[in-house]
Amino acid sequence: MAEVTLLDAINMALHYEMAHDQSVIVLGEDVGDNGGVFRATVGLKEKYGCKRVIDSPLAEALIGGVTVGMATQGLRPVAEFQFQGFVFPAIEHLVCHAARMRNRTRGRLTCPAVFRAPFGGGIHAPEHHSESVEALFAHIPGISVVIPSSPQRAYGLLLAAIRSNDPIMFFEPKRIYRTVKSTVIDNGEALPLNTCFTLRKGRDLTLVTWGACVVESLQAAQALSELGIEAEVIDLATIKPIDMASIIKSLEKTGRLLVVHEACKTCGVGAEIIARISEQAMCLLKAPPRRVTGTDTIMPYYKNEDYFMIQEDDIVDAAKLLVEGWK
Amino acid sequence: MNVLAMPMHRFIDHHGKLVNPLPEWADLMTLKGFYCDMVLTRSYDNKAVALQRTGKLGTYPSHLGSEAIGIAIGRALKKTDVFIPYYRDLPAMWARGIGMEKNLQYWGGDERGSDFSPDGEHCRDLPFCVPIATQCTHAVGVAAALKIQGNHHVALVTCGDGATSKGDFLESLNCAGAWNIPLVFVINNNQWAISVPRSIQCGAELLSDKAKGAGIEGITVDGNDVVAMFDVIAKSLEHARKGKGATLIEAVSYRLSDHTTADDASRYRSEDELQQAWEFEPIKRLKSFLIEQGAWSEQDDINWQVHCKEVIEKVVDNYLGITPQAPESAFDFLYEQLSEDLLNQRDLIINKAMRMQGGDHG
Ligand SMILES: Cc1ncc(C[n+]2csc(CCOP(=O)(O)OP(=O)(O)O)c2C)c(N)n1
Repeated sequence: MAEVTLLDAINMALHYEMAHDQSVIVLGEDVGDNGGVFRATVGLKEKYGCKRVIDSPLAEALIGGVTVGMATQGLRPVAEFQFQGFVFPAIEHLVCHAARMRNRTRGRLTCPAVFRAPFGGGIHAPEHHSESVEALFAHIPGISVVIPSSPQRAYGLLLAAIRSNDPIMFFEPKRIYRTVKSTVIDNGEALPLNTCFTLRKGRDLTLVTWGACVVESLQAAQALSELGIEAEVIDLATIKPIDMASIIKSLEKTGRLLVVHEACKTCGVGAEIIARISEQAMCLLKAPPRRVTGTDTIMPYYKNEDYFMIQEDDIVDAAKLLVEGWK
Repeated sequence: MNVLAMPMHRFIDHHGKLVNPLPEWADLMTLKGFYCDMVLTRSYDNKAVALQRTGKLGTYPSHLGSEAIGIAIGRALKKTDVFIPYYRDLPAMWARGIGMEKNLQYWGGDERGSDFSPDGEHCRDLPFCVPIATQCTHAVGVAAALKIQGNHHVALVTCGDGATSKGDFLESLNCAGAWNIPLVFVINNNQWAISVPRSIQCGAELLSDKAKGAGIEGITVDGNDVVAMFDVIAKSLEHARKGKGATLIEAVSYRLSDHTTADDASRYRSEDELQQAWEFEPIKRLKSFLIEQGAWSEQDDINWQVHCKEVIEKVVDNYLGITPQAPESAFDFLYEQLSEDLLNQRDLIINKAMRMQGGDHG
């Protein structure tokens, strides 16, 4: 079976679900004839027509609100924002309406919507195209946040997100849109939205990460292995709700926690994971947990971007400190 | 503002005189029904303000002066249409069939006030949105959904004049034109957005002029004339139902009350202006007209007022008798399924509530 990219997998999931559920609608800027600026929606309009694949005016607040409105009427809209940095005009709709519709109406109306947006740095993009603000949304009651990091998980998690009866922020790590490939069985099988995925087994430390950082984390784990340190690598995948049970289970074995994320450090999801470990599983720790994160800066323009992206070495160094510094 | 000089649809003027021949649908029975509805919703409004003053209701936005707009909307919409209201829309919701208890419950701080399903057929109507104008974008989504579903239903959304300054309103109008969707916008132009007068919201002469930029029809109506309101709304709904697209209706009226019970309008607007506005209000003119036609009398009026009082007292009794929501109800509808973490947080609240209800201050 041929290998596909993460982007292909997104497209496959959209095709599958639109074919099998008439209520699925794709909307956003350029999603029709152009197939989206990254081509995630290619071929959908030809197949499902302009009533189900809708080019919207260039107005993100509108896209957010329209999606909420459609979702209240029994449709399952999948809205595309061209970049996560352009979700901000729509935040009012995500936070004040999508997240609250079920609660506000005591379940009379729900918001089964998916808000997709490519995110993260590393593609030499202009300003506002490189941030990772998953923590912002993870903070909001009523929303779930999902980040796939492989074609297979992109396919399965997107299907699950579309089938979910609650609103989901689905952030796609665009740096690995085309670089990470694997086989995907296009059988409509969804993955669970309440669990993380262990990508590599290890006994010495638990490395929790998500999004594009999964790539450097796996490379680092390989390098560490050559040094005799075995890292268990976990792809968090669902950022909210966090599957703490699996992380704690891994820590029972390793006793050491390293969280790796591209997003800024302060109030990042890494802080949340470590806070929960200190509340729930402090006794398992043989060493203070560590974080490798982005800095609390505005993401610089691309000439300096590489210095701000997490490199394999950053992870290896942190892991070595965690293991060897506390032997 | 000289409402008489403004070009707008009107059948009955503020003296109760016909200025245009009545439309065919407007027989005296129907108009009497409209009148009774307006009086009833006004009685409700008075009562709601009184309940707030006595601590039995939270902050409440009076709809005093906009009864004609609401009753016309509520009566013109079909059950199968979808209404996307704003917070001053009790008359429209009630005329549509949503019990007044729901409104009291909502302003009384109980989320169940937005669950209209017990009232039957309004399962698809949206709840109030507090952030101004956001409902307009939802209405575009609703109308697009109705078009996609191909069922010839129409969405109707309301907002205030202040809301027309927001991007959401303009983006919605624009999109409604571009997508040719079955949507009717009704602006309750009551001249004030809290303390900011209409003149400061925008430089357009008429708010309905904003429709031009969106390529849809814009109509200005005397929002105190229920006949004109119903006529224009019904026509716009039909227009939309036939697939001919959206309409923007500007209903010119006046907010005779404070913005809400938390506001004191005398701080920013003159008594003279308010007194003048009372000359144009919607109920008085229809009463004069009906009496002139021999279809109503002062005695009828007294009888109806008595009836309204009884109805509303019952509504209030029902409202006051509702069992409060459980403290943990904030968790009940947050997600379809609660994560373990949320279930634990829910337990904490239950325990805390038991402690507090048990009077244990230790
Ligand atoms: C986005 C937003 N900004 C501010 C407010 C506070 N606020 C509540 S009502 C209101 C005035 C609205 O005026 P208008 O749209 O004319 O409607 P009216 O109340 O006069 O009927 C304001 C500013 C709000 N609810 N939402």
